[in-house]
Formats: sequence, structure tokens, C-alpha cells
Amino acid sequence: MRNPYRSQNIAFFFLLLATLLIVVPVGLIVVVIIQKGLPAISWQFLTDIPRQGMRAGGIFPAIVGTAYLVTGAIVFALPIGLLAAIYLSEYSKDNILNRLIKLSIVNLAGVPSVVYGLFGLALFVIFFKFGASILSGSLTLGIMILPIIITTSREALESVPYSFREVSLSLGASKWQTIRHIVLPNAIPGILTGTILGLGRAAGETAPILFTVAAFYLPQLPGSVFDQAMALPYHLYVISTQVPNVDEKIRYGTALVLLTLVLFMNLVAIIIRYKFRKRKKW
Amino acid sequence: MRKLKELIVEKAILICGLASIFFVGLIFLFLLREGLAVFSFITPFKFLAGKSWYPISEPPQLGILPLILGSLLVTFGAAVISIPIGVGCAIYIAEIAPLRIKETLKAGIELLAAIPSVVLGFIGMVTLVPLVKSVFHLPTGLTALSGSIMLAFMAMPTIVSVAEDALYSVPKNYKEGAFALGATHWQTIWRVLLPAASSGIVAAVMLGIGRVIGETMAVMMITGNAAVIPRSILAPVRTLTATIAAEMGEAVVGSEHYFALFAIGIVLFIISFAINVTADLFLHKRQL
Repeated sequence: MRNPYRSQNIAFFFLLLATLLIVVPVGLIVVVIIQKGLPAISWQFLTDIPRQGMRAGGIFPAIVGTAYLVTGAIVFALPIGLLAAIYLSEYSKDNILNRLIKLSIVNLAGVPSVVYGLFGLALFVIFFKFGASILSGSLTLGIMILPIIITTSREALESVPYSFREVSLSLGASKWQTIRHIVLPNAIPGILTGTILGLGRAAGETAPILFTVAAFYLPQLPGSVFDQAMALPYHLYVISTQVPNVDEKIRYGTALVLLTLVLFMNLVAIIIRYKFRKRKKW
Repeated sequence: MRKLKELIVEKAILICGLASIFFVGLIFLFLLREGLAVFSFITPFKFLAGKSWYPISEPPQLGILPLILGSLLVTFGAAVISIPIGVGCAIYIAEIAPLRIKETLKAGIELLAAIPSVVLGFIGMVTLVPLVKSVFHLPTGLTALSGSIMLAFMAMPTIVSVAEDALYSVPKNYKEGAFALGATHWQTIWRVLLPAASSGIVAAVMLGIGRVIGETMAVMMITGNAAVIPRSILAPVRTLTATIAAEMGEAVVGSEHYFALFAIGIVLFIISFAINVTADLFLHKRQL
């Protein structure tokens, strides 16, 4: 007769193997980028403009461009996303409209990033005549990160116990006062988590900014929101595929800066969420 | 006065609540607006089933069958790799890993999901592509296989986290019941937990595949970008997404080429819409 514990051991071995097959390569990727990218990092690399056809110098304009884009995206997406989350958690009833909104959010989250790029090109660049500019790119990225912000904020709002609202309402506060002074303050860590995750996503995406803002090479910093800008992910794409004979070191260095930026934001978000869960009094 | 202010705030909340419907509609509308024009040059059938994609020849040939097959091939390869590994890892995290390791693994998977696709593409170019080239003795390592492997890493975080959620939400008394009947842990997982979580796992796989089909940068960097019907997984291919990303920069606004790229966008939008709606149905089936 087959020994059930033997097949269990075999099965568990394969499950562990599957886990290692994900964890080990990811660890290797991060280690390789750090190891090969670190020698490139210097004050000059971070603060200088690219020189000699991007084969030397630094990546400062790309860092600044990404900072502008990410700021613009969050300024646009956070208010809309937060209010939408408040609607879903506090006002909506369980009806067809609510179902439709949730389905739209799922779909927004699933639209391929390059389709966002097309959309941004058609609506902002051409229809609104913003041209390829920081404004167009930020709005495109903003719509792309909207579902992340809505979903995480809604979870945060819904995790505030119902009794908090009842007490506030029974003291004569109006619905909006209750939301403003009771529900929102208790949900801030969760909303912050969502915002940071959105920032990280916007910083790393390339396809949506390809046709809406990204400049191949710009020696000066953008002066207004109607200017084009360089961006870190696009810069990495350009120096690894479009420009021949770029020093490996510069490629790895750029990848390291981008990876650090994105992973750092995600790590902060994970830590905030973890602390918040632990400290929760209810 | 205060009542007026609250009325305004509540209207703003309602409007923002509807914003996601509005944006989905807007995206579809603008894709249609720019993309449907291509069908005055070419029939939808010839567009979808045409075997050659030479957008800048005279007259342009706009058949996207090679691109569709390229996307399918890369996606199929990525699914074959990522589904068993992803589901296996989800089972390990949900059932076997000790609590401490479990939290670390979950955070690690989340970080994997966060790595920008252009970084994964770059790493694929410098490590995987030369490896594939030398292992299979190919003239170039920029192949569908390289793309599939790299994309598998993008699908896995989605598959792992959604499937893990599904396994976790199986009621605890199912498990206790199986244990009480003398089943081993593995028998319980295989005969009780997996069937009970099956619709959530199906949704996990679909969402993972949805992510792969829509992925752009990594694919563009490592699949070789040859817009021909792929003969094997070791041949260079070009996907729908990579075509848009690579060619839109050069396409003249208002040309057939430009309209055709938007029409590809429509195809991608419809595919992702179908996948997401179906996955959502599977996810809600669970909450009976």
C-alpha cells in the first residue's frame, strides 16, 4: 500500500521547490543589480546631465522628470481616488450602480499600460492639445494609478468599525462630519499605504509615458508643465536598447536607481501597513 | 450654510465615485474614435486574419495575425511556467510555511510585483538572452522563450497573491473535518482545500494571464520584435503591445498606420476587459 506520508513529503518538496523557484531568481536579480550598479553610483552620476550621447555623465534630468511626473499623477489621482473610496465605503448601496463601479475599477486596473499610453496620446496630447508634456504624462499616469488608490483607501475606510460611526451620529454629528472627523483620521495609515503604492507604480511605468511626455534626450530641466521631460524608466529603456555601446556600468547604475526608488516606496508602504495592523485597537 | 457645504461635498463624492466608470468609458471611446477609422481602409476580417504586417510599405499591409500569434505564444509559454510554480508557491505560503517565513514571503512576492517591467526587461537582456542563445545554440537569444520566462515572473505575484487569498478564505472547519477523518495534511490540501478554492484559483490564473498579455516593455526588449508568424518558441516574435509601443513614435498622426495601432489598442482593451470581467465572476462565485 502507498504510504500517505511519503506522498505528502514528495508533494511538500515540490511546493517548496516552486517557492524557491520564485524567491531565488528574484533575490539574484536584486543582488546582481546592486552589485553591478553600485560602482556607478556617485554624487556626479546623480546630479549631472547625460553627456557624450548618454554614454557618460549622469541621470539628473531623468530623476527630476520622474519626480515631476509622479507628483503630478498623485495630485490628480489622490483627491479623486479618495472621494471615490469614500463614496464606495460610506454612501453606496448594494445595487447595480455599485457593482458597475467596482467592475470599472477592476477593469481600469487591468487595462494594459500601453493602452493607457494610446489613450493619453489621443485625449491629452492630441484632443486637448497639451502636446507631449509633463501635464499629459501626469494625467495619464494619474488615471492608471486611480484603481490602486481607490481600492486601498476603501479597504482602510471600511476597516474603521461601524460603532465609531454610530457613536458620532448619535451625538448629533452629520454624516459628513462623521466621515471628516471620525472615519478619515482612523483610516489615514491605510490611505497613505495606497498613495505610496500608487507613487511607486507611477515611477516605474514606461509604456504610458512613451508617447505622452518622454523625451529621448533633454540637456536642460523642464521649465513648465507643458514641457517634455526625461524619465528614469524610459531613460533605462533608451540606453539599453536604442543607444549602442553604452557602458554596462551606466545601465546597471540607472537600473539600480530606479529599482531602489520603487522598492523603497513599496517597502515603506508594507511597513506602514504592518505597523498599523499591529497597533489597531479594535 | 453648513448644509449647503455638505451638499456640495456629497455631490463631489458622488461624482468621484462615478469617475472610474467615466474613465473606462472615456478610454474605450477614444480608442474607438481613433481606431475604427482603419476599417475604412481594410475589412475587420482582413485586419485580424491578415498574415503580413508591413505598415510602412506602399500600400501598407495591416494584418495583425502574426502579432496576435506572437502574443498568444509568449503568453502560453509564460502560463505553462507560471501557473504550476505560482499555485505551488501559494499553497506553500497558505498552508505549509511557518508564520514568520510566511510574512516574509508575502512581502517578498509583493516586492517582486513592484519591480518595474523595464528593469525586468533590462535584466532579461543582459542575463537570460545570452543564456538562451548559448543553451539552444541559436543565432539570437531574443526569442519567444526568453519573453515567456521573463513574463512568467510578472504573472507569478498576481497568481500567488490571489490564489493564496482563495486558499486562506476556505472555512477552517473543512480542514478540521478532513483531519478528524484521518486525512494527512497533503490529502487535505489536495482533496479538500484545492477543490474548495478552485474558483478563486481560476481567477488568479486568469488575472496573471491578463497581466502577461498586457505587458509591454519587457516583451519589447527581449522577444526580438520580428513581426512574422512564429514557427517555434525559439524564434523571435513580436506581440500586440510591443508593436504599439515600438511603432507609435514613428506613425504619422492620421495615417493608416496610426489608425491601425489604435485598432490594436481596441483589441487589447477588449481582451483585458473580457479576462477581468470573467475573473471577477469567478471571484464572486466563491462568496456564496
